[in-house]
Amino acid sequence: MDQNNIFFQAMVYLAAAVVMVPIAKKLNLGSVLGYLLAGVLIGPAVLGFVGHEGESVMHFAEFGVVMMLFIIGLELEPTVLWRMRRSIIGMGGLQVAGTALLLFTGAMMFGLPWQQAVALGGILALSSTAIVLQTMQEKGLMKTASGQSAFSVLLFQDIAVIPMLALFPLLQNLPLPASADDHSSTSMVAHLPAWLQALVLLGVVASIIVAARFIMRPLFRLIAASRLHEMFTATALLIVVGITVLMTMVGLSPALGSFLAGVVLANSEYRHELESNIEPFKGLLLGLFFISVGATIDFRQVLDQPLQLAGIVLGLMVLKVLVLFAIGKIFKMGLDQNLIYSVALSQVGEFAFVLFSFSASNGILPQALIDTMIAAVAISMALSPLLLLALERFVLQRIVTNTPDDDRPADTIMEENPVIIAGFGDFGNAVGRFLRAHKVGVTILDNDVERVELLRRLGFKVYYGDASRSELLASAGAAKAKLIIITIEPSEKRLELINTIKKHFPNLRMLVRASNRFDAYDQMNAGMLHIYRETIDTALRVGVDTMHFLGHRNYTATRAARQFLRLDEANLKKLSSIRDPDEYINTAREKIEELEQTLQSDLFHLGKSEKSWDEEGLIAEALQPNPINNGQEKAAPK
Amino acid sequence: MPRLLILFAHPLLEKSRVHSRLIKELKGLPDVTFHDLYEAYPDFDINVPFEQSLLLRHDVIVMQHPLYWYSAPPIMKQWIDLVLEHGWAYGKGGTQLTGKMLCNFLSAGSTLSSYTNEGQHAFPIRQFLLPFQQTAALCHMQYLPPFVVPGSHQLGKEMIDEYASQYRQLLQMLTEITVAAHDSTATFLNDWLTPSLHTQALNNGPE
Repeated sequence: MDQNNIFFQAMVYLAAAVVMVPIAKKLNLGSVLGYLLAGVLIGPAVLGFVGHEGESVMHFAEFGVVMMLFIIGLELEPTVLWRMRRSIIGMGGLQVAGTALLLFTGAMMFGLPWQQAVALGGILALSSTAIVLQTMQEKGLMKTASGQSAFSVLLFQDIAVIPMLALFPLLQNLPLPASADDHSSTSMVAHLPAWLQALVLLGVVASIIVAARFIMRPLFRLIAASRLHEMFTATALLIVVGITVLMTMVGLSPALGSFLAGVVLANSEYRHELESNIEPFKGLLLGLFFISVGATIDFRQVLDQPLQLAGIVLGLMVLKVLVLFAIGKIFKMGLDQNLIYSVALSQVGEFAFVLFSFSASNGILPQALIDTMIAAVAISMALSPLLLLALERFVLQRIVTNTPDDDRPADTIMEENPVIIAGFGDFGNAVGRFLRAHKVGVTILDNDVERVELLRRLGFKVYYGDASRSELLASAGAAKAKLIIITIEPSEKRLELINTIKKHFPNLRMLVRASNRFDAYDQMNAGMLHIYRETIDTALRVGVDTMHFLGHRNYTATRAARQFLRLDEANLKKLSSIRDPDEYINTAREKIEELEQTLQSDLFHLGKSEKSWDEEGLIAEALQPNPINNGQEKAAPK
Repeated sequence: MPRLLILFAHPLLEKSRVHSRLIKELKGLPDVTFHDLYEAYPDFDINVPFEQSLLLRHDVIVMQHPLYWYSAPPIMKQWIDLVLEHGWAYGKGGTQLTGKMLCNFLSAGSTLSSYTNEGQHAFPIRQFLLPFQQTAALCHMQYLPPFVVPGSHQLGKEMIDEYASQYRQLLQMLTEITVAAHDSTATFLNDWLTPSLHTQALNNGPE
């Protein structure tokens, strides 16, 4: 069998993921560990489906990290990012500098040349954005102090990679490998003078910001207007891939570039739509990345020198945790939050793979050391989610300091409005205006491009997208919202949305618009409790005014309409329960039958005389001679 | 400028015998504003600024309503709760109604004799109206004796006509004459007209 066949490869990877990830999830290990285990399973150690080509798969899969940072950027409005500047520069700077310095000292003590010690210090100081963010997101930690701190540190590390790549060539202390040619320099601008390089870099970054700000929105509007969903997906992918190519060309980190583009687009109304389009790709690529990390763990190396490797991994992780914990203390984090973030960031990151191969081709580190280190990095990546799990299980339960969030203002990443309105047509906008007028936080999902534009100009929080997709709901904050008002059209789409919510957000209360009785029946069958037929209230108001103009008392007519509505709702429920949804085909004849039933029920119920304030009984009683009363009245003349 | 404002509260005027007859008398009374609360606010959503401006434009406020369960129908209470705002009608700076007059025009199903210590209702009618009287006091208004149509369950058409004529006369008096000239210590406004007639009605009831 041709093992290089791409479909065979794809099958192996996908099968491993499909088998291992649900098992890991079931065991509460989290998806990251599931993927890593899947990688170990198909790697050379166990089944041997994946050999050395696993590394090239890994390089490709790193693109998942780029996408992840794009999505994180989308969730971070520039103002929020600005508010985090203290923790990004403070915590991140201290972490990279402190860890690198200690690692450098350690390496020097082992007798490595200073150039190698510097390179090792820099490379190993970095943590894994992919593993940390994926794990913390799954545990719902991203909004806590630990999640925010971890994110700040990771962001700084991504920035720190840029000067590292620029400075590493200066650390050359070994003869360049024979095969090394100018291929080692990925940058197209490397041959330019330094000042020009800097200018080009600034130019590229500036052009990304300008393009995201002024070109992408009109582009999205155009594409959204075409109403071809796959074109939107293609555009979203094009943006991320394009940025990656551009950034690689000038020697910058693609992850950083796409993060930047994400931040600039965070204010755009297409943000949720972009997010939900990229999300599946990101998930798959990250999974692929984790699998290839698992497959990279070289168990022969582990068996050859188990103690040495264990020592390196242990030393590395302990050192990183200590530095992180100390920084957490400086920044006044609570004990539990500090422990979580320290352990979460204790591994070495995916950039290490890139930087190690870069070091090899630039004659900085010897191949033997690199092989050992790559094994150590992969093991640390596999260990850190396990450690975090153990921390949660065994340590944190005993500490429980659970300070109800410290004095830092919560940096919001997600929408946290209590109400989501799906569909902002005439119906939705009446509800939305009312709620906004009373300062109820509303997130709006709508798929009419022009309306979204207009409403945004008027200061509404409106997002473009198909509300019945669970990813869009998730990014609109459906997991945190109290209720959702479903007003989208047509009615089939509403049922689709109802089913999506029942499946993915069972705790979200639904208030549903119904077009008519038949729509209401379907929604009742779907288990809806809050159904609002869109015409009945207005029609009854017309009825009230008609009665009023014909000379009836306003209050009486109003009460009659209320009573009518009450009876009609009760009747609706009754008819719905005796209706067989399988036999029901909603034909014109059946509509007439339904009408007949309702009209007869109206006659039956409303024909009964109303007793409120009726004095006839009282009058009859008063006119009847009552001996006791009469006696009293005679006995007490006034 | 109309001097007198009638705040009318009857939830089912269609079936009323007394009040539907009384308000027929309003035709041709130039200084009276008739304000039908249930008609204006079928959903009880009182327009407070409008109601306050109405109050400012009148000197005598008449609350006309049947006596239900020893009080006015609920919209009357809703009106009081919403319109007589603190700082406007009472409390610090609440002087907008100072010097105006308030009075109840009401019908009661039972005869006055049942509103006695020995009667079915155990207390005189004026005692059930104390909340209105004290509301007036709190708002710096003068509370006038109530106009009462008692025994409405047993009233014949002639008696109702008689009360209607009293109703018209009293409204006219309230719009034309300064009240100080009259006896605000009387038990009922009815006594301003012909005490004998009222006493007679009180003692014998309608035949």
